[in-house]
Amino acid sequence: MSETRTFEFTPSSPADLGLDPDDPLHGELLKLNVGPQHPATHGVLRLVLELDGETIRGCDPVVGYLHRGKEKAAESLGWRGFFPHTDRLDYVQPLLNNCAYALALEKLAGVEVPRRAQEIRVLLMEVSRIMAHLIYLGSSAIDLGAVTMFFFTFVEREKAYDLLDAYTGHRMNNTYVRLGGVYADIDDEVASGLRQWLQEFPSKIDEFEKMLTGNRIWYGRNRDVGVIPRDRALAWALTGPNLRGSGVGHDLRRAEPYCGYETYDFEVPTGTVGDCYDRYLVRVEEMRQSTLVALQALDRLEVSKGGEFLLEDPRYVLPPRERMLQSMEELIHQFKVVTDMRLPRGQAYRGVESSKGELGFFVASDGSANPLRCHIRAPGLMNIQVIPEIARGRLLSDMMAIIGSLDFVMGEVDR
Amino acid sequence: MNGLERLMEAGAPASLKEVAGVDGIALAEVALADARAALETLHQHCDYESVTLITAIDHDTPPIAGARPRFEVLWQLHSLKHGDRIRLRTRVTEQEAEVPSVVDLWPAAGFMERECFDLFGVRFAGNPDLRRLLMPEGYDYHPLRKDFPQVGIEPDRLYREWERGRPR
Repeated sequence: MSETRTFEFTPSSPADLGLDPDDPLHGELLKLNVGPQHPATHGVLRLVLELDGETIRGCDPVVGYLHRGKEKAAESLGWRGFFPHTDRLDYVQPLLNNCAYALALEKLAGVEVPRRAQEIRVLLMEVSRIMAHLIYLGSSAIDLGAVTMFFFTFVEREKAYDLLDAYTGHRMNNTYVRLGGVYADIDDEVASGLRQWLQEFPSKIDEFEKMLTGNRIWYGRNRDVGVIPRDRALAWALTGPNLRGSGVGHDLRRAEPYCGYETYDFEVPTGTVGDCYDRYLVRVEEMRQSTLVALQALDRLEVSKGGEFLLEDPRYVLPPRERMLQSMEELIHQFKVVTDMRLPRGQAYRGVESSKGELGFFVASDGSANPLRCHIRAPGLMNIQVIPEIARGRLLSDMMAIIGSLDFVMGEVDR
Repeated sequence: MNGLERLMEAGAPASLKEVAGVDGIALAEVALADARAALETLHQHCDYESVTLITAIDHDTPPIAGARPRFEVLWQLHSLKHGDRIRLRTRVTEQEAEVPSVVDLWPAAGFMERECFDLFGVRFAGNPDLRRLLMPEGYDYHPLRKDFPQVGIEPDRLYREWERGRPR
């Protein structure tokens, strides 16, 4: 056992930063610890800041306060047993995480899911994206003092929660996606409820925009703050709305389509400058586009009613319960899938467009019932990594706008 | 032209060889000594603007004795210009456990290398800031190694030390 090490902090001297030490306005640097329990750090992010007056001269993000060893847990839980854990990564969009993991396993297993299952997944992913963006909008606005926005967005989120509750039986942590499809078919009541909510939702976005887009305070606090130029966004491996805010029109739904996204009609919004305001505009427009995609998926579900929503494959998928209770073979088949489901040897990576960026699962199998390795490529970790570069030279109050606009969830960052 | 063909055209190290993958992403294995050269070529001549993941796999099941390579280190890169990806892998023994850093090529590699070092104990030569990322400072183990138990080791040691040192 080694001796205890303590975290040492030595502030840089003003001369190192090119400041005049005799200037009374730029004296000694102050070390300020923000978080991990600060409400504006969106969970348990800790930032060690070096302040010169109110100006940020240095920043060191410290993550890991929510580390639960998900990747280690995957290695003993079996392929199916890890599904509930994916919900707890980015816990504001559990169904989207389920889909990402299922897609990686399906790529490794080489199976194709039925069409109706793909349509249900698209619907669930787009509703999840809207719900995650609502959290972004509410929490980044409350950080900058717009408390009302928080309640506006949570009213809408609550409606979506009720509908998902009716469909999956849970408000959060749904675990409803399976390898080969989804657990159960979507019924007419839920579908019509979702349709009604999605049709009303654009008018709510108009209300949000009325509150914020032209708001002088919101504009002043966000415009030209946290600017990430195009090439820096790529070098820092930013993805999703943060990359699109910097003017790169890259969307995995378009670039590497999955679940039949290539057949849906939607636009990919991009920003111009790459500041916090652009990222806000991109996310608001994405909510509108997601609404359109989800409505298209609902239309297709009308057509494919009664179709298969779960693959029939005795290697990976449980048999229907009625059949399992009547037939010995199906019972054995169920027992085998639950206790000893094996995926072929090999490695597979699948990235999907989550609300935070590219959420990818890298799975490696040695042919046994447990993953050899399950790596989660968390977009939020990359979003945090860019903070020091864009916060340097800005005021401390800009930091809250920057953290809010980068949008990360610590459950996913720390895993 | 996929990423591997572009790499071959730009001049790949002799030890680089293609490996058949199952997920449609170009996959190549390279000797440890040539890994840095291959990654530099990919960065400078093959339009890989972005790095997607840097991670490792521990092949210590059953435990590997002696100098056989225990860790497989992977770099997965993404080219938006060509819309393709490439995964490069190399093998490293437990005794060396050191691979070249690419943080000067892609700054985003910083956190990825710190995470890989933290969880596997694989060092990245040339990374100026190779601290632990997820586990606390002063933690003695690398949890994603296969010989680290699922239940953890001394989960509350750090807490007890903190409790002892706390003023009463």
